[in-house]
Amino acid sequence: MAVVSTPATLERALPVMDNAEVQRIRNDFPILDQLVNGRPLVYLDSGATSQNPLSVIEAEQEFYEQRNAAVHRGAHHLAVEATEAFEDARQTVADFISADYSEIIWTSNATEGLNLLSYALSNAGLWAAHGRGDARLKDLALNPGDEIVVTEMEHHANLIPWQELAFRTGASLRYIPVDDAGGLRMDVAGDIVNARTRVLAFTHASNVLGTINPVRELTALGRSAGALVVLDACQSAPHMPLDVKELDVDFAVFSGHKMLAPTGIGVLYGKQDILDILPPFLTGGSMITTVTMERAEYLPAPQRFEAGTQRISQAVALAAAANYLTETGLDRVHRWEAELGQRMITGLESLPGIRVLGPAAGQDRIGLAAFDVEGVHAHDVGQFLDSRGIAVRVGHHCAQPLHRRLGLTATTRASAYLYNTTDDVDQFLDAVSGVRAYFRA
Amino acid sequence: MSLDHLYQQIILDHSKARHGSGLAGTQAPDGATTGQSHQLNPVCGDEVTLRLAVTDGKVAQIAWDGAGCSISMASASVLTDLAEGMTVAELHEVINSFREVLRSRGKITADPELLGDAAAFEGVARYAARVKCAMISWVAAEDALNQAA
Repeated sequence: MAVVSTPATLERALPVMDNAEVQRIRNDFPILDQLVNGRPLVYLDSGATSQNPLSVIEAEQEFYEQRNAAVHRGAHHLAVEATEAFEDARQTVADFISADYSEIIWTSNATEGLNLLSYALSNAGLWAAHGRGDARLKDLALNPGDEIVVTEMEHHANLIPWQELAFRTGASLRYIPVDDAGGLRMDVAGDIVNARTRVLAFTHASNVLGTINPVRELTALGRSAGALVVLDACQSAPHMPLDVKELDVDFAVFSGHKMLAPTGIGVLYGKQDILDILPPFLTGGSMITTVTMERAEYLPAPQRFEAGTQRISQAVALAAAANYLTETGLDRVHRWEAELGQRMITGLESLPGIRVLGPAAGQDRIGLAAFDVEGVHAHDVGQFLDSRGIAVRVGHHCAQPLHRRLGLTATTRASAYLYNTTDDVDQFLDAVSGVRAYFRA
Repeated sequence: MSLDHLYQQIILDHSKARHGSGLAGTQAPDGATTGQSHQLNPVCGDEVTLRLAVTDGKVAQIAWDGAGCSISMASASVLTDLAEGMTVAELHEVINSFREVLRSRGKITADPELLGDAAAFEGVARYAARVKCAMISWVAAEDALNQAA
């Protein structure tokens, strides 16, 4: 007899992750099995870059051993194989975020995706001014008096491209401030996002605070203002289910290297109807239909935004990473990491002289915690932890304005992933408890 | 490499003592020529503003404000103790030697005769990410020295 599973029963059927499962997962990550300074490596820096499972490493190797060729050209066997692998990868990654195939643009990383978008938008203004391209481009153009809105907790990658777009177009940049606890000031967001707002760009989850932002509420503000809504999904796509259609954002970016894939590959998602009219940023080979000595006609998306020979093996590897995450179950990963995040913050809050940034224990946070140790600089904290084999990130985490807002210049951040155990967190906490004594703070 | 090799006792002591710290409360000696330099390490946010006063060809005084890790603060403190009283040429020689040791990845040992307490930073040379922390005040001093002398 066939058993039909509804999503709800399927959800119940999925066992929650535990340390035993994580131990099995760790077998897929050879890099984790090593000694650092005589101690077993405790890798808690996945928020900066994650490690690759064997299936990802092998996917890239298999591509180079069996199928490497330039894509979208040439009639030979390898060129066909490479193109299929490359475009299959696009479909896999589209499915991963519930997007359509032609809405996935390969980039080097999220930073490039946001720069691509911001330059395409200034090109939209230029094209509209010259009557070039689709008549709707004038709606995408930014002009003096228009506003771009970001938040005070953004990574520099989702701030500086918008500063520069404002500079190029004469638009103004505004931001939704954070409160002392690091939460977005939603009480004033409705005033800051208004009829002048052309772009609203914000992070799904903060790489410093661990906060998960109210995407639907923010998107609704953007919609009612008639703005483009841009989501930085760098800290969400790797760690929780992401459905760009359900969230209804216009654009989203994320980086492969933060989600078990190699460096050099990332994704810009864009809604089809906007991508169809948006001018390109980089131009050259592989993105044209007809070229004369005077001008060129461009391919539709996604090829219009993928000039030059692409990162083919990395795209194949990113698809393998997406498959690994899907097979493990991102709902389960999210819940496990939330548990690790709570364990971190509960432990850190119990230590004297430690100030944890972001939501307090018991409130929603992703599996990371950034903190300040009274009397000890973050660099020294990181060095001390490294001597015990524990890898964390120190510095401003590419969020100087947020640190300045919180009265800090540098913090220490531990960030977990699906391959971290509760023991990893406990070892980290034990090491942090010794920091102030060592530096006599 | 043990952590204690990096964080030698002298370094931990100086990171708390911070000799020379406090620009605002320190007047340069009358008649001295001064130079001032601000250095920033964008990677970690370490920051030093250092003023150096020269009288009769000798370093009369160093005063600085800074924020940063224990290595960077200790290094500024040790530099202050070491440099005051030196001739301009002597300080240049010491700065060059310090830089050479720190950039050697541990291949060059520090000369304690020349570097004094600053020889304790020899261990930093093996931690590539920390070399700039130890160098920041010395780069500021070199810049200020070139202005003052």
